[in-house]
Amino acid sequence: MTTLYTEDHEWLQVDGDIVTVGITDFAQSQLGDVVFVELPKIGRALKKAEAAAVVESVKAASDVYAPISGEVVEINDGLANEPALVNSDAESKAWFFKLKLADKSELNGLMDAEAYKAHSA
Amino acid sequence: MLATDKNSTLKQTPLHALHLARGGKMVPFAGYDMPVQYATGVLKEHLHTRAGAGLFDVSHMGQIVLRAKSGKVEDAALALEKLVPMDILALPLGRQRYAQFTNAAGGILDDLMVANFGDHLFLVVNAACKAEDEAHLRKHLEDTCIVAPLPDRALIALQGPKAAEVLAQFCPAAPAMKFMDAGPHQVQVSGQSIACFVSRSGYTGEDGYEISIPADRAEALATALLAHPDVLPIGLGARDSLRLEAGMCLYGHDIDTTTTPVEGNLTWSIQKSRRTGGARAGGFPGSETILAQLDNGASRRRVGLKPEGRAPVREGVLLFADAISTDSIGKVTSGGFGPSISAPVAMGYVPMSHAEDGTTVFAELRGQRLPMTVAPMPFVPNNYKR
Repeated sequence: MTTLYTEDHEWLQVDGDIVTVGITDFAQSQLGDVVFVELPKIGRALKKAEAAAVVESVKAASDVYAPISGEVVEINDGLANEPALVNSDAESKAWFFKLKLADKSELNGLMDAEAYKAHSA
Repeated sequence: MLATDKNSTLKQTPLHALHLARGGKMVPFAGYDMPVQYATGVLKEHLHTRAGAGLFDVSHMGQIVLRAKSGKVEDAALALEKLVPMDILALPLGRQRYAQFTNAAGGILDDLMVANFGDHLFLVVNAACKAEDEAHLRKHLEDTCIVAPLPDRALIALQGPKAAEVLAQFCPAAPAMKFMDAGPHQVQVSGQSIACFVSRSGYTGEDGYEISIPADRAEALATALLAHPDVLPIGLGARDSLRLEAGMCLYGHDIDTTTTPVEGNLTWSIQKSRRTGGARAGGFPGSETILAQLDNGASRRRVGLKPEGRAPVREGVLLFADAISTDSIGKVTSGGFGPSISAPVAMGYVPMSHAEDGTTVFAELRGQRLPMTVAPMPFVPNNYKR
């Protein structure tokens, strides 16, 4: 499994053609206390860069964009009842949704952990 | 999804260095570089203010002395009544009152606090409006009054159920004050006695105080207050969620030049003496419109709104009468998450046909119609010491 990152502060964990997506720890620290997460419906075909989810802090709402194109095959229902999980465990338990990868080449432009660290520094 | 913006031309309050030292996350607000939150975070800052005591820097707000040339506070009160629909003449010595400057159309130019300090009035106005307010006062009242802004004073709010106990250590007179009492008091900081103006009021729905203090003593007082274990510094983020839960208006959002005090559900702030049949009825800008609305009703009103579910419904979201109609009936003017009730809360304008508590209206959020219930405000009970 490989973990990749976007410039928009999302992480992707690639396992074959299934990609798990969440927001990074840096992103949650910038957002502050998360109070609501809206996730895409299972079965929705997302295009790369399309608004896929919404994460709301006390202060503001922020869009989470689909980092790659693909069909939503699973969502993290736990976030509905416990949105604060995004603050406490952004890069593991607080995953947002899983996509079935449509075009593997879209992964090419993404950053690895080291490049992302430099990007968010 | 994240953006930061730094503007070096922003003004700083006398507590700016303290905000930075305390890890304040600074944002531009009304021309000032202000802390939106500290490391504590908005949610905990909000809850702490309702449980202990929160310290807010509100030094960006305008403090203005209004003094009649005659030297009589009654003349200053009568002069100010030309610009606000409130009874200022009957405001007793040492008391404070909420007011609004109105325009010729009955809209609101700003909202403010007015206190009777015996030989003059003490006004606190919004930061974003203070230059216009000063000009407005000068333009209309300069023949009879002296308008003296106090730019060399900071304003510190200490809010929450522990505020009285904490402030008592610095200002022994504080606990005996009642809600909306205001006046000059000595505050003791590091062996010095400092001439302050203290009011028992605020913008959180909690008991608390606002302390006007000379700018060069502000940091010493703030530091001393923050040394108390029950006091945390609170940023603008929690200030907004606290006032929203308390049902209070944010000028420029919930009220502005296009809303009248009656539409804004601020009728309670207009005393009988200024209404039709009162001793000094009318005589303020827009009085024809405002008195007619008081007599006959307005067509819309600011109401509290409780969204069903957990999604916050924020400013600007359109409201509809049902799940399908295409014409909106109103708009959300403030909305977010209420940490103390652990649910989203909002306020907005609806037609009188939809203004009754319990009415269901629909917010259009990301392409979906979300039901919201018109609800009484405040959303969290006030905790004032009357």
